[in-house]
Amino acid sequence: MNQVMPAQAPRHSGNGFWRKTWAMLVKEFIQLRRDRVSFAMIVMIPLVQLMLFGYAINTTPRDLPTAVLLQEQSDVGRSILAALQNTRYFKITQLPRSAAEVDRLILAGKVLFAVEIPVGFERAVRRGDHPALLISADATDPVASGSALSALGTLVQTALEHDHDIPEAGAPPFSIRIHARYNPAAVTQLNIVPGLVGTILTMTMLIFTALSVTREIERGTMENLLSMPITPVEIMLGKIIPYIMVGFVQAAMIIGIGVLLFGVPIVGNLGLLAGLSTLFIATNLSIGYTFSTVAQNQLQAMQMSIMYFLPNILLSGFLFPFAGMPTWAQWVGETLPLTHYLRIVRGIMLKGATATDLHYDGAAMFVLMLVAMTIAVTRFRRTLD
Amino acid sequence: MSAPDAAQNSADDIVIDVHGLTKKFDGRAVVRNLSMQVKRGTIYGFLGPNGSGKTTTIRMLCGLLTPDEGEGTCLGYDIRTDTDEIKKHVGYMTQRFSLYEDLSVRENLEFIGRIYGLDKPRAAARAAIARLGLTGREEQIAHELSGGWKQRLALGACTLSSPQLLLLDEPTAGVDPKARRDFWNEIHALAAEGLTVLVSTHYMDEAERCHEIAYIAYGDLLAHGTVEEVIAGSRLTTYVVSARSSEALNRLTEELTGKPGVDMVAPFGTSLHVAGRDAVALEATIAPYRAGKEFEWKHSAPSLEDVFIELMGKARDNFQ
Repeated sequence: MNQVMPAQAPRHSGNGFWRKTWAMLVKEFIQLRRDRVSFAMIVMIPLVQLMLFGYAINTTPRDLPTAVLLQEQSDVGRSILAALQNTRYFKITQLPRSAAEVDRLILAGKVLFAVEIPVGFERAVRRGDHPALLISADATDPVASGSALSALGTLVQTALEHDHDIPEAGAPPFSIRIHARYNPAAVTQLNIVPGLVGTILTMTMLIFTALSVTREIERGTMENLLSMPITPVEIMLGKIIPYIMVGFVQAAMIIGIGVLLFGVPIVGNLGLLAGLSTLFIATNLSIGYTFSTVAQNQLQAMQMSIMYFLPNILLSGFLFPFAGMPTWAQWVGETLPLTHYLRIVRGIMLKGATATDLHYDGAAMFVLMLVAMTIAVTRFRRTLD
Repeated sequence: MSAPDAAQNSADDIVIDVHGLTKKFDGRAVVRNLSMQVKRGTIYGFLGPNGSGKTTTIRMLCGLLTPDEGEGTCLGYDIRTDTDEIKKHVGYMTQRFSLYEDLSVRENLEFIGRIYGLDKPRAAARAAIARLGLTGREEQIAHELSGGWKQRLALGACTLSSPQLLLLDEPTAGVDPKARRDFWNEIHALAAEGLTVLVSTHYMDEAERCHEIAYIAYGDLLAHGTVEEVIAGSRLTTYVVSARSSEALNRLTEELTGKPGVDMVAPFGTSLHVAGRDAVALEATIAPYRAGKEFEWKHSAPSLEDVFIELMGKARDNFQ
């Protein structure tokens, strides 16, 4: 065999500070170029943020869903409703037939406002009795309802100014009585604390399971695990269930602090809240686990979680009013478990919503969980191919 | 006993029976057209250089990889379709320590016992700890164990479920000689109980402790049989050369390398092994050196290592 003597490589004199820095820089760029997910994150995060903040988010939301309970058909009523829509804050989406139906719509979060035009309203206006028009508002989210309610002041002046059959008496022809339900004092904490339950659970649950499979792969324990008689479903459930308990403790802690320190009420049924919170926890864990089966390593799993977390914060109705978003953004929001859980947790804690009111959101979370689990189990690689 | 019965029995005695296994990664064949049979109760050594396809073959046998071509059975179960059954009856010890570093010895073993559905995982773990001499270390976190103890724990883990076949992928890499010897004594004890063991290794002394060996390089199975058969099959003529100075040996190495008839020149301490398949050509090449007084030439039987280095060289020639 040939004896290979190391040749004396020529070296530059001096410290070579920039040369070594350059070497490090080149190496970092090569690694970055090979790391597709990091690359995607560099492009996607600013893009997604700009699009969402630019097009989807609106802190003075317009076209808010409104129910109108018409107890008489009249010109005055029609003029008022037209003026209401002309403010562009209100959009009449529902025409309930009874007061009970109005309550249900507000409880389930289908409408934010309900206008009631009572029997004999037109006659009272024409007689100069200055009757009151009742507008109920779901005030759980002060940001969503605030600007719409403040627009009502001018409405009184302008709604009937072209109607010349109304006596000119100096005072406006009718008044508006606003019934701000659930959060009459417009305390922000009442809305934020239940929202935080959902947001914190999303973040922590996602990260617990997002790392679980990639960690086994990175540490080399997956090879041993796969060589043993255990199925992907068994692995998944075994990894998810412990964290359901962890999440439950976490949820109880946040809700407890909210009640004790911030005076957030729990108007509804605590058992229902616990049950649906558990479902929400399991849904997030399943989604995190799905990321874990798709990602190549722990870093990618973390990056995926961050990219998923972003729209959750912005499009779920946590920070910005859901009803104020354009339709496409609302559709995206409907695919996020947090959107449904926020309606559930706010509905139960602040409005006393029941299982009947929340069945749609509960079912949606359940479906999202099954979709995530199915993807996870089918994506799970049973071999090292 | 009638003839079909005998055939049935001999089929039962073959634990691993695979034909034409091929596995490609990104279009590159890592294992090519590999066939092998391993009889029940034997210790079968699997040898070959790094990257020769040993690990890939072992993974195909235990269902961790699906072969691209070829078929076969492991313990009578099809390696393509019955991987769930294979996993129940095969113990696989990975090349890299793949138990949980953050669990203790006992916790790791109990976990494995539960996955295999043992009735009493705690008792099984206790028994394994005693058998492997890990008593007193039950509560030690696996991460803190030295290489030798980790290897012992891994052996305990893959034998915990009383498998019929053990697949050990370079189990003694990086382990000291004493621990290696203990390990091999354990392997022989297990084989004596009827367990079949397929073990890959780089160490020649370990190869010589196997009942049968197979040599694989660049995805091809080049030789198999008992150690004696493999050595005899190589038809190598080997000389051991010694000299007064190492400079002289270095010079001889350079001069002989690549000459006709010389297939291998390898230094062993103060001597040099010179070997070739074509005895006549080799004799002719070395004749001038034998005439002088500088070197002392001794004809010798090739060692297993000579055979393997030569096989590897041949395989590389074919490969390129």
